[in-house]
Amino acid sequence: MSGAAQRLVIVGASIAGLTVAESLRAEGYDGDLVLIGEERYEPYGRPPLSKQVLTGRWEAAQATLRTQEQLRSLGIELRRGTRARGLDLRRRELQLDDGALGYRTLVIATGAAARVPAIPGASLLLRLRGRDDIDRLRDAIRMRDHARQEPLVVLGSGVLASEIASAAREAGRAVVMVGRNGRLTLGPLGGLLSDRLIAHHRAHGVEVRAGLGIRAVTPAPDTGLDVVLGDGSTRHADAVVAAIGSVPSITWLAASGVRLDDGVVCDSSGRVLSGTGPVPDVYAVGDVARWGDPLTGISARVEHQTNAIEQAISVARTITTGVAGRTPVPFFWSEVHGVRIQAYGHLDPAAALVPLAGRESGEWTIAATPSASAPAGVIGWGAGREFRTARSLVAAAPAPVAS
Amino acid sequence: MAESRMLRVVEVRGMKIRADASACVGAGQCALVAEAVFDQDDDGIVLVLDPEPDSSQAGSVRNAATLCPARAITVEE
Repeated sequence: MSGAAQRLVIVGASIAGLTVAESLRAEGYDGDLVLIGEERYEPYGRPPLSKQVLTGRWEAAQATLRTQEQLRSLGIELRRGTRARGLDLRRRELQLDDGALGYRTLVIATGAAARVPAIPGASLLLRLRGRDDIDRLRDAIRMRDHARQEPLVVLGSGVLASEIASAAREAGRAVVMVGRNGRLTLGPLGGLLSDRLIAHHRAHGVEVRAGLGIRAVTPAPDTGLDVVLGDGSTRHADAVVAAIGSVPSITWLAASGVRLDDGVVCDSSGRVLSGTGPVPDVYAVGDVARWGDPLTGISARVEHQTNAIEQAISVARTITTGVAGRTPVPFFWSEVHGVRIQAYGHLDPAAALVPLAGRESGEWTIAATPSASAPAGVIGWGAGREFRTARSLVAAAPAPVAS
Repeated sequence: MAESRMLRVVEVRGMKIRADASACVGAGQCALVAEAVFDQDDDGIVLVLDPEPDSSQAGSVRNAATLCPARAITVEE
């Protein structure tokens, strides 16, 4: 197959796949680069979808990270609207919608899809994973003058659920949060800020019924939906959105021989593992990838943009220099009811928080964990510029790890 | 109605650098790796200090773009 001898193929054109491509060029890689995306859009960022785009501050297109033309000028061929169907490791061929594509090196970055709850009526639920979901969710949030003030029900307890609830309140829509978890979580912070977050939601008019869950959803006789909650009670809702995490997109790899375990299993440098060890010249990054930690022996799949970017940069370095050089940027952020929540460093969700700075009302804006003098992590709640000072308290990130 | 993007544009030796204030999340990575070029305002949002930085800053500016968790800084060369 002409070109395959030198071709580096990245399957998945969201933040992880895009960053691999850009980093390879930045590292001086000058071979053929093909970036394949199943969506019809140019590569875009997901974090703004539940914030700036959902609230209407941005048009959806403003989430675009790189245009086809910008990629072409970097020597990156973007193929949009093309799904991966299978992988033949022995022949080094990727099976796509439109045929087979040979590769010399392959990077798997196919991400994840919104998880659907196993309840009757699940097909009636909205979700927010990509740009295709935006119009329906924006429509559900928008208040129509003549409509009854029915709530948006949000099933979920994590970051996305909180951000969707926040956007709905900003539009004036009533919101009920009914996640199955009794605590609200924020990524690496776990339930550390649950009490404060629940109070924050309630102060902004969100009805929080944490721990309730949903048993079933049916179309209501007039309009909207009848939602049977976990305690057997029924609520009428305008719409229901499920924000309960995501499932890695790996069914296309089922027959490939690649090790799969809630994601593509990789070593600590992102090299994909098979039953017989690392697969030469095949890597995985981002939401789909489960990397092993050489120090703890624990493997983890992390669904956050900073992880995707970190892994992508590391794999690009591994491919071009043979040395991983991972630069950790353990930063997390969210924005809920106009308040930015940030975290930097290593946070133990079970540790006590030590307030370092605060407002006159007594609520902290900066907190450290586990101690103030040598914190492993710092958290900001509406902190602004002072978060940067707090960051410097955290021991310098470990030097890039060669592997 | 989309709000207008507050783009702060900087040129370094033919590199066009855009710092999008509406995408910024106040992480401060840029200010850490390219402190001569980027800072943060009181809300933690990116500020471009020097619209015509010295060419010696090119590498650190590229790093700042790469390490921004929100992809708020883009570089066109």
